[in-house]
Amino acid sequence: MPSPATSTTNSVPLRVGALVKRFGGLTAVDGITLELRSGECLGLLGPNGAGKSTLIRSIVGRVIPDGGTISVFGAPADSTAARETLGWVPQEIALYPRLSCRENLQSFGRYHGISGAALDQAVKRCLDWATLTDRADDLVANLSGGMKRRLNMAAGLVQQPKLVLMDEPTVGVDPQSRNHIFEMIEKLHADGMSLIYTTHYMEEAERLCDRIAIVDHGKVIALGTNAELVQSAFGSRSQVLARFAGGAERISAWVEQRGGKAVDGAAQFTVEHPTEIASLLEDSAKAGLELLDVSLRKPNLESVFLHLTGRELRD
Amino acid sequence: MMIPAIVRTAMVSLRRDRGALALSFVLPVVFFSIFAVIFGGQRNSTPKVKLLVADEDRSPVSRRLVEGLQHEGSLVVNTRPDPVKEVEQPEYSAATAEAAVKTGAAAVALVIPHGFGESPIAVGPANSDRPTIQMLEDPSDVIAPQVIAGMLQKVAMTSLPDLMAEQGSRYFDQFAGGLTKEQHERLNDGLRFLRERQASGAADSGSGSGGIIAVTTRTVVGEKKNNPMISFYAAAIGVMFLLFTASGAAGALLDEQESGTLDRVLSSRVTMTKLMLGKLAYNSLLAFSQLVVMFLWGWAVFKLDLWSHIPGFLVMGVCTAVAVAAFGLLLASLCKTRAQLGALSTLVILVMSSIGGSMFPRYLMPEGMQKAGLFTINAWAIDGFTKIFWRDEPISHLWPQVAVLLAICIGLFLIARRVARRWEFS
Repeated sequence: MPSPATSTTNSVPLRVGALVKRFGGLTAVDGITLELRSGECLGLLGPNGAGKSTLIRSIVGRVIPDGGTISVFGAPADSTAARETLGWVPQEIALYPRLSCRENLQSFGRYHGISGAALDQAVKRCLDWATLTDRADDLVANLSGGMKRRLNMAAGLVQQPKLVLMDEPTVGVDPQSRNHIFEMIEKLHADGMSLIYTTHYMEEAERLCDRIAIVDHGKVIALGTNAELVQSAFGSRSQVLARFAGGAERISAWVEQRGGKAVDGAAQFTVEHPTEIASLLEDSAKAGLELLDVSLRKPNLESVFLHLTGRELRD
Repeated sequence: MMIPAIVRTAMVSLRRDRGALALSFVLPVVFFSIFAVIFGGQRNSTPKVKLLVADEDRSPVSRRLVEGLQHEGSLVVNTRPDPVKEVEQPEYSAATAEAAVKTGAAAVALVIPHGFGESPIAVGPANSDRPTIQMLEDPSDVIAPQVIAGMLQKVAMTSLPDLMAEQGSRYFDQFAGGLTKEQHERLNDGLRFLRERQASGAADSGSGSGGIIAVTTRTVVGEKKNNPMISFYAAAIGVMFLLFTASGAAGALLDEQESGTLDRVLSSRVTMTKLMLGKLAYNSLLAFSQLVVMFLWGWAVFKLDLWSHIPGFLVMGVCTAVAVAAFGLLLASLCKTRAQLGALSTLVILVMSSIGGSMFPRYLMPEGMQKAGLFTINAWAIDGFTKIFWRDEPISHLWPQVAVLLAICIGLFLIARRVARRWEFS
């Protein structure tokens, strides 16, 4: 597998300061400030259109920001030095379909200025990492969706970068292939690679990322570890989810009156102690609502996002 | 209900597909117009046949014949080359007229030899001593020699009617025992009338009938060629398909942009300029290979004389290939999708090919359209290949074609590079 740079540098892998990017009247990135620590996997979690991809494309120099700064190991984002240390896995399958896996990796390697034995080694390493060695000479057009995704990731690492940006690498992938991709990323992370990973799947962020930045409407609205984010949003509280039979209007009127939120026809409350459930149910019976089911759950990133934005992650 | 719904859906889709709309409605109209102009005989733009005349006889009879030819509306008769730096050039001699046909100044030259005026009419038994008009022709133009051969006979009939009658009477005297004195007087009256009528200009060029002028025809270009039109069509059809291939190949840029590969490439050390230069090199190589295949096929199957023209072929092949490659890149960079490129390239290439001489030779076209053809890659490429394979001209004579094709390549590439800036960053 591609190994991260062996030379240790004191520079921070990535610093983004007050970054702004507008497309016409739409502000896609609205003053984002971030810092990636060495060897860290930082997740950018947010719904579609939150500005994650624009941020990533700004870092790889494909989007010119309207304001702010980006430095990659101390070098400006669009500099040759930055390009040499950055690996980018775009959301699209950005490969040549009529070329084989090996030929694709060779092409992208050459575009990065690698040749000869170094190129052969890089290609072999990438094929091994993506477990595509036995399909090395198959045309990309003939690969399964999951294999294309893996090769797409490998093509972003052929030049042995020190920092890798992965933009939703599991889009449209079946659960089995997704697991395979997670293992690839975990391997990379374990070897000390610095990573930025964008997703709108909470489970991915929870599994892969050391810290998570929740992004919405072009802003980072929360940043921290999974536990820190939940703690700051909910403290030690838990969530109660209850479903009732009857008219939606009556239910939501009661939920509002009790200080909860109606989500997808269910009532959602935050409680300090599980014992509070009893009084909630009693109150609902008094209001004439017929209880269908009730559950208690620990808040997660989804809850944090909902708590912060009032919307679900996959809206 | 369902059938109208299907029609409606298809119509809405067509209305929103501007490329398909243009192909459906604009292209046929454009083509119809081009063909109408070329073959429809529009009154003021009927193509005229260019004719060079070397009057070595300079007798009253030969002058009358030349004047008669000059009065023909369908001919442009030149008796001397165009002035050079406003200095009038001497009249054509047999040698200079032949040289002019060889270089393509005109497809036909007539040489009126010394002594022609003494016995211009060829009625009666053949006389090998009699000087005959020589028609020097370039058979790559299949039409002009035939037009001029017919015109010459017609002009002889209308501009020399008295000489024809006189010659006829002489033969009658000689071989049929002659006329009575009374018949002679009537004939002389008739001849006098014809001369007076001719002198007063009453005889228009369209009247008169019968009569023959002896003409010997000689091919002065490509005499040894097996098939005069093969080299023309190898170049003409070749260039048209090169243009299609080049725009198709350049369309890979659009595929790469759509798939995100372009972004990935540009995030590496490859810059947009390097990428486009790479595409230009590849498209040029592809176009040149196509030309090689085409001319090899021409050699193998149609006996095109490729091997004795290799240097000229290489020069013209490379220049044509780089020009069409840059053209393809420009078209691709102007389009947003493959479908758009398909429609635009079909439209532009077919129009360019029709006025540039890929579908029918430019000498068939009205003068205005011939000049318009000079704005196409086709015309310059075909002219260059014709110089090499048909006229056997030296490579140094290719400089105008080489200069224009290279200028086209550089110009179109720079524009394409400028337009491609939209792909560089967002």
